[in-house]
Amino acid sequence: MQTAVIRFPASNCDRDALVALEKVTGRKPLVIWHRETELPAGVGFVVLPGGFSYGDYLRSGAIASRSPIVQDIKAKSERGLAVAGFCNGFQVLTEAGMLPGALMRNKNLKFVCRPERLVVANANTRFTSKYEAKSEVVFPVAHHDGSYYADKETIGRVEKEGRVVFRYTDNPNGSVNDIAGIVNEGGNVFGMMPHPERAIDPLHGGTDGLGLFKSILETL
Amino acid sequence: MARKKSEITPEIVAEHGLSESEYDIILDRLGREPNINELGIFSVMWSEHCSYKSSRRHLGKFLTTGDRVIQGPGENAGVIDIDDGDAIIFKMESHNHPSYIEPYQGAATGVGGIMRDVFTMGARPIALLNALRFGEPTHPKTRSLVSGVVAGIGGYGNCVGVPTVGGETNFHKGYNGNILVNAMCVGLARADNVFYSAAKGVGNPIFYVGSKTGRDGIHGATMASAEFDDDSDEKRPTVQVGDPFTEKLLIEACLELMATDAIIAIQDMGAAGLTSSSIEMADKGGVGIELNLDHVPQREPNMTAYEMMLSESQERMLMVIQPGKEQLAFDVFEKWELDVAKIGITTDTGRLVLKHKKKKVCDIPISPLADDAPNYDRPHVKTKKRPVIMASDVHETQDYDDALLRIMRSPNIASKRWIWEQYDRHVMSDTVDSSQSGGDAAIVRIHGSNKAVAITTDCTPRYVEADPYEGGKQCVAETWRNLTCVGADPIAITDCLNFGNPERPEIMGQLVGAIDGMNEACHAFDYPVVSGNVSLYNETNGKAIPPTPAVGGVGLIPDLSKFSTLNGAKSGDTLILIGETTGWLGCSVYLAEILSREDGAPPPVDLSAEKLNGDYVRKLIRSRRVTAVHDLSDGGLAVTACEMAFTSGQGMTLSAPANGPRHGWLFGEDQARYLLSVDANSVNPILATAKAKGIVAQVVGTVGGDRLTANGAFDLPISEIREANEGWLPALMSGDT
Repeated sequence: MQTAVIRFPASNCDRDALVALEKVTGRKPLVIWHRETELPAGVGFVVLPGGFSYGDYLRSGAIASRSPIVQDIKAKSERGLAVAGFCNGFQVLTEAGMLPGALMRNKNLKFVCRPERLVVANANTRFTSKYEAKSEVVFPVAHHDGSYYADKETIGRVEKEGRVVFRYTDNPNGSVNDIAGIVNEGGNVFGMMPHPERAIDPLHGGTDGLGLFKSILETL
Repeated sequence: MARKKSEITPEIVAEHGLSESEYDIILDRLGREPNINELGIFSVMWSEHCSYKSSRRHLGKFLTTGDRVIQGPGENAGVIDIDDGDAIIFKMESHNHPSYIEPYQGAATGVGGIMRDVFTMGARPIALLNALRFGEPTHPKTRSLVSGVVAGIGGYGNCVGVPTVGGETNFHKGYNGNILVNAMCVGLARADNVFYSAAKGVGNPIFYVGSKTGRDGIHGATMASAEFDDDSDEKRPTVQVGDPFTEKLLIEACLELMATDAIIAIQDMGAAGLTSSSIEMADKGGVGIELNLDHVPQREPNMTAYEMMLSESQERMLMVIQPGKEQLAFDVFEKWELDVAKIGITTDTGRLVLKHKKKKVCDIPISPLADDAPNYDRPHVKTKKRPVIMASDVHETQDYDDALLRIMRSPNIASKRWIWEQYDRHVMSDTVDSSQSGGDAAIVRIHGSNKAVAITTDCTPRYVEADPYEGGKQCVAETWRNLTCVGADPIAITDCLNFGNPERPEIMGQLVGAIDGMNEACHAFDYPVVSGNVSLYNETNGKAIPPTPAVGGVGLIPDLSKFSTLNGAKSGDTLILIGETTGWLGCSVYLAEILSREDGAPPPVDLSAEKLNGDYVRKLIRSRRVTAVHDLSDGGLAVTACEMAFTSGQGMTLSAPANGPRHGWLFGEDQARYLLSVDANSVNPILATAKAKGIVAQVVGTVGGDRLTANGAFDLPISEIREANEGWLPALMSGDT
């Protein structure tokens, strides 16, 4: 399966994502520069990596969400392309309207970096099938704008449809309902603030993140 | 050019921080009066910050060579060989004065500046560390300074995407008027693709790349070379403003161009901006430089030549490009959406010639600016030795539970989690161990390999203040010990020498004493200095900071299956103490926190014992004979045991002597000591080998349970000690104390 990582000018977890994808697929992912207008044919899974895309000026992910390549990814995701956004990538997905809600400044207004214990809220998605339902995993978080917010109606719908995929056990940022990660209605677009791509190596953050990559890649 | 004699008045000379005699040298070298542009250029090049005029002759004494040294001091950063064609490039630098005036931007641009020093040489930055000193916690400015500095460091490093993996933070009233912000960057390069700053050739194009030049930071280097007074806030306009997004673009663009053969020489624009970068490149290469300032990308209209040459706008680089490769350079920088311009050429005149609006606005010989810069032998007096305080002369607490908790929540021992949780420690996915563990040294894997670098920063200013020579030795020895604790071979150091006003003989005496002490330790460990910086005039209203020679050490872990951290002690393990314990309480945390005294001589550092003990500990780690290692430093054995207990989640039972005062045994700060947690079966062989080598080693306790006890001295649940240790800083920062 050919995978791809989008590189914005100030992406900084692009390498983390590339290493994770190569480790799971055994094949080098493509790196797509942000000025490209179209994904190459044959790409089945795209990662929007963490970082600061365009410096995160205006709002985190706002400028990146208007970039040409994101328009193409959005159009293809509506036809089923699998997309995951981690940290800044999650912010880009909400800004692009590919996932509902928004990521606001952390409740305590400070950047937070620490290993975070999450519960798999829905193990019945394309991104979590390798995890046991209600099991716990540890992924690092590292963000300033990670407080997930959406209006009551949206939260109600997302909850009802089982689209909350991960929840924090010790909410680090004030996210509504401890929401750490969600999927879209089609189940093919996933975003989360924690970094599963930094949890693929016993020497660095543990290996709990591997399950996520294995889950989605198995469906392709 | 100068039109009439009256243009440069004595007042203008004084405003530029130049002495009368320094101005006379300028007149002599030029054979005429300088114009204002030329005066400005001389003033920044001859500032303490750029010329090291008070410290240069003493820095020259340092050991700077060794088997693994590729480049010692004198370039943007030091370069060491870590095998397999890999090189590590690193340096530590101060940003003290700006951080006090404007904490967020001061600290942020300190991080940005030190990163540029490292990627200028062709390295991708892979780790950041910092050494911070603040005033007493109750001082009205301390909280806002801590919060601004920490946010600035995080705001910059997190965005650029380089992990901040370690550091240290102290509080002491001696820093009330002058905080210290020292930032260290470590980068990875190929040993055969290191870039230097020496310009070469004649007629080669000089490129400017990065942010536009604005009016910020003008005379920053001069500000950093003077004392503060009550009006220091008025110096805010001399502080630069950082943009980490541009820095990130600059790193990627420079590394991309460095992978080609387009660059002849490259230099970042740091202190004194365009002036020092162009002069250093020309001077090192023995060429002249001619710049047309009309081509410099400018942020605002009507900037003068003087402003452009002295601006310290951030995120800018200067490079000499291979003729014929200009288009390649333009393409790469335009891909990364950076401003780029050809602003001049190299010449064979040996002069710096500047043109602006069709006029020649500066024409001066380069060699006096660099080589003939003042080099003072300032008078210095030795710090008076303090009496040795015996443990028996120090009051023994009657309440050890209380004493331990007080020490564990004291400002310099308390957990700094509030600080380091604001730094991204994991980005780049190679951080094996970081300040998160509270460990002795950070461990960062070399990407795609099974080896790692170990990195630490250390300094114990109270020891240096009490005895600059012994204290200087101790700073170097502690980094060597901390690298040893994780199983690394210590290789080399960088330093950041923070002192007061060198024109005062007692301050100069501290500087000279510390350098001599550090140098002795460097020789004992074959552990050279490869880069560094000096920050003087850290004084306010005539009161100097405690002498603070911060040291950053770098070592190599050749095989990541054989390293150690303070995590890992298992229930049933035995605790072995390596090194001799005399119960040294002079200058100790116990003395300061329990008895409010800061007197006495600091613990002496026996460098041969350090070497012997450390080499043995490293060998035990490499043969996987220990489950956890932690060195003994501030607060002695009791604090070391607590920290090991926190990380492992295990209790510890210390076998304190039943008779006599136990405070020296528990809290004494004798040097060259390590606490090892080892499997019970390994105890006898470890002790036997130690004895054969002449190393003092003894069993001091066992691991298990959930309490820390010491033969009746104290007996507390680990959870209660942890709460005291973790609670102090968050309470301070939320205003609860």
